[in-house]
Amino acid sequence: MGPMPKALKALNVFTSLVFAVALYLVLFYAPREAVMGDVQRVFYFHVAAGWVGALAFLVTAVAGIFVLVRGDHRWDQLALASVEIGVVFTMINIVTGSIWARPVWNTWWTWDPRLVTASVMELIYLAYLMLRQGIEDPDRRARFAAVYGIVGFISVPLTFLSIRIFRTIHPVVVGNNDPTAQGTFDMTPKMKLAFFFSLFTFTFVYITLLWHRLRLQQFKERIEERKLRALTA
Amino acid sequence: MPDRAATQPAEAKRRPLREYLQAIGAVVWKDVQAEFRSRELLSAMLVFSLLVILIFNFALELDVRTRSTIASGVLWVTFAFAGTLGLNRSMAIEKDRGCLDGLLLAPVDRSALYFGKAVGNLIFMALVELIVLPVFSVLYNMNLFHPGLLLVVLLGSVGYVAVGTLLSTMAVHARTRDVLLPILLFPVTIPVLLAAVKASNGFLQALEMTDILPWLNLLIVYDVIFIAVAFMVFDYVVEE
Repeated sequence: MGPMPKALKALNVFTSLVFAVALYLVLFYAPREAVMGDVQRVFYFHVAAGWVGALAFLVTAVAGIFVLVRGDHRWDQLALASVEIGVVFTMINIVTGSIWARPVWNTWWTWDPRLVTASVMELIYLAYLMLRQGIEDPDRRARFAAVYGIVGFISVPLTFLSIRIFRTIHPVVVGNNDPTAQGTFDMTPKMKLAFFFSLFTFTFVYITLLWHRLRLQQFKERIEERKLRALTA
Repeated sequence: MPDRAATQPAEAKRRPLREYLQAIGAVVWKDVQAEFRSRELLSAMLVFSLLVILIFNFALELDVRTRSTIASGVLWVTFAFAGTLGLNRSMAIEKDRGCLDGLLLAPVDRSALYFGKAVGNLIFMALVELIVLPVFSVLYNMNLFHPGLLLVVLLGSVGYVAVGTLLSTMAVHARTRDVLLPILLFPVTIPVLLAAVKASNGFLQALEMTDILPWLNLLIVYDVIFIAVAFMVFDYVVEE
């Protein structure tokens, strides 16, 4: 655990470059949407942030299974790092959606099933972080957090599926659209490129952040160790 | 987990189902008897639910017109709040007096403890609901004793208690336990509560069965999944 590994340095540079390209694609390359105008450009990062949120929580649930089966605390660190990133990106997802909804739906917020399930997901993982804070014994904390990460995650996709029986005004751009959705559009090939490139970029942002967060955790543990050693010496 | 093999003899696996059920029954019986002697859990839950109903009456001005549409929501909020109270208390008793450690020493499968506690909690919740429903019916002059509604109440409580028992076992170990349980429990059980509210509303408004059925199905799906997951992970929660 010394200086930053070469692979991480390379990943930093790569992610920054890709992010710059994604910004260019989203802001300049993708055509202006005819009805909604420039505000539609929010869509690219909005969906990408939502994707990272879901991916992060999936990683947490899988890491949780490994914590329970293997009992290795490194999986617990991965679960924690992933939740923190997921919470931030879900928040970005909700906020960007709100910015888009103001001109298109004429409101910042509406009690649409899709919006509600996204905020419930955010609340579940905020509760996850509070659960961790409340338990001191690291071993027990890892187990409880793993259990909650799994229970929380199984309820998330089901909640998303359950909205299929509701009518929603949230557009589904990829796949079939609900006839009641408002603010939908069809993607042109250029838009598709910007869209998929954003997904790709955000996935790399996630991986980079995750790696940094894990290193931070390891540094923290080393400091704890040294403190203990200094105190006992 | 290597230590589990030591605490559980090998023949435990070959024990017949009857003994498993007996173990569950013993835990349930212990809870019911303790509650019958102290009556602290049920009385607290009952008084609390009546207070919630009264507060809703002021807050929402439940007059004749609005009553029929929001009654199911008020009912379920009451049940959920009273349920949290009961879940917290039922697990805190086990933890504080070291009963949980005693239970864990018993040579039975740990999931039997989970089902025992869950059934006990379900009984308490059902008792409270059985008292709240007629009181609600009288106070608001609407008949809540529809067989469909009772089924929804049962299914909703099962799902709520299934997760609640698991999460309350975790919450009692935390520093902030009384505050923590609702925060952990409510977001996870929102789908159950939502489906229960919608289905109850359907029965109260006498909607077509085709409108209610999707919600009932959703409720059953959640019940099954929550019970299955809690059953699988409970071992890890009580492991020392």
